Amino acid sequence: MTTLAHFDSVTRRYGDVTALDNVTLDIESGHIVGLLGPNGAGKTTLLSLLQGLRRPTSGTVRLFGGEPGDYRQRQRLGCTPQETALPQALKVGEILQFVGKHFDDPVPVDEIAAEFGLSDMLRKQSGALSGGQKRRLSVALAFVGRPMLVLLDEPTTGLDVDARRTLWQAVRRQHENGATVVVTSHYIDEVEALAERVIVVDEGHVIADDDLPQILGQVQGRMLRLSTPQPDAVLALDDVRHHQPENDGSHTFLVGDGDAVVTELVRESIPFSNLSMRRATLEEAFLALTEKTTA
Amino acid sequence: MSNTTLRLSGVHAKYALIETFRIPIAVIGTMVFPALALLFFVVPQEYVAQNPLYATQAVISMSVFAVMANSLFAFGISISEDREKPWDPYLRTLPVPGLSRVLGYVFSTGALGLAAIVPVLLIGGLFTAAEADPWRVVAGFVALAISAIPFMMIGVAVGYGMPSKAAIAVVQVVMFGFAFAGGLFLPPEMFASWLDTLSRFFPSRQARDLVIWAVQGGSLEPATWLGIIAWIIVTGVLALLLYRRDEGRRFH
Repeated sequence: MTTLAHFDSVTRRYGDVTALDNVTLDIESGHIVGLLGPNGAGKTTLLSLLQGLRRPTSGTVRLFGGEPGDYRQRQRLGCTPQETALPQALKVGEILQFVGKHFDDPVPVDEIAAEFGLSDMLRKQSGALSGGQKRRLSVALAFVGRPMLVLLDEPTTGLDVDARRTLWQAVRRQHENGATVVVTSHYIDEVEALAERVIVVDEGHVIADDDLPQILGQVQGRMLRLSTPQPDAVLALDDVRHHQPENDGSHTFLVGDGDAVVTELVRESIPFSNLSMRRATLEEAFLALTEKTTA
Repeated sequence: MSNTTLRLSGVHAKYALIETFRIPIAVIGTMVFPALALLFFVVPQEYVAQNPLYATQAVISMSVFAVMANSLFAFGISISEDREKPWDPYLRTLPVPGLSRVLGYVFSTGALGLAAIVPVLLIGGLFTAAEADPWRVVAGFVALAISAIPFMMIGVAVGYGMPSKAAIAVVQVVMFGFAFAGGLFLPPEMFASWLDTLSRFFPSRQARDLVIWAVQGGSLEPATWLGIIAWIIVTGVLALLLYRRDEGRRFH
């Protein structure tokens, strides 16, 4: 395992706003890393420092051991443009070729197009693509240069479930071919589906950095869903942390020990029906983590 | 300058031109404007249009003005607009040196600017007494290309230095200031001597004198070519510094 990216005591301010506050972090080869956090948490700033787009106010950022602002260091880095950014008048094949020409050993256009399901549209102008196709093209661009490290910023925002799964499969295949991937997302299921290691940032700090199961384990919560005329009575029980009314009139509660809460429900004779229970998702885990820091 | 830098400049220029030619009306605007200016402002003035010396100088002044306007406008505004699009930050993540991107603009936008001179020459040749040997015309083109570099670099600097709305305003002031002070609208022979002296420091005047020398012969003052070299260095360094400093547009 080698260190691909290194942040040492990195602080970045915009005027008097501190986007990153004394962050120290290493990204080693071999994983898909999920970078999570609410809007404005510092995710994009973290990536833009690695891309050489911005410089830290203090501290050092290293990409493959060198300065990210030096274009030669970015030879093995893969990034995605926002899908709205693609030059609309250029054809898909032209965009892939244009980007490929920046790299020493680019993947041939036909091959990368096949990998991301773009083979039929190489001669179409990018402006004529659907949202999902544009997104596949954007993500494909990150892999054109056979990168060692790939940064995907919100790769599937706005896509339907099928399109997201297709894209995830492509990213996983690329990962199996040796690319280390850092993916930011506010779709938690995306990070859950892809990531092996999860870094949670909030207000410029890294508040959690661990393997996916450990992050999940940090809140050993269950989501308890049921219909009841007395939601407040349920909320008043021990170990019930959070209440969310659902659209269909049922209620979801975040609880610690699910079995104990159900026993308690019965003992208190609170009427309920349609009870179901599931493990808390990363989104819920992550909400609990950020609430912990603000408390 | 390494091979990579030059090769990538070509790549960026090629794809910028492909993109531009997909919307041909934009190209036609650049090509037609200087020719129309010559047609309306020079051709009707018999005194100038029928005198070979004056007519040739008028065609040259108009060519310098066309190239200068294109350099300042096309570079200043297209760069500052590109910078506000999300494609630009993506390009900055690619392994490409800043110099390649600036040269890419020079080879694409700059080349289009020079192409815009062709209709000017046709109109000048057909409807005025302007005259020059073919090899002199070629020499004039080379002189024009070289003396346009400071304008391109000022355009690049404006483009990277400010948002597009500010860029439009600054470019207009610079363009008309340079055009007048450089003797492109009124020949410098009509200037008061202090204005004539001042005028020699402007890149627009130096460009005009260099191209006139290339086309009509005569003597070239050292101040002219030294001035052009100085402007190329100063504006080139400024453009690169502003490119490096740029971190894309940010709203506070």
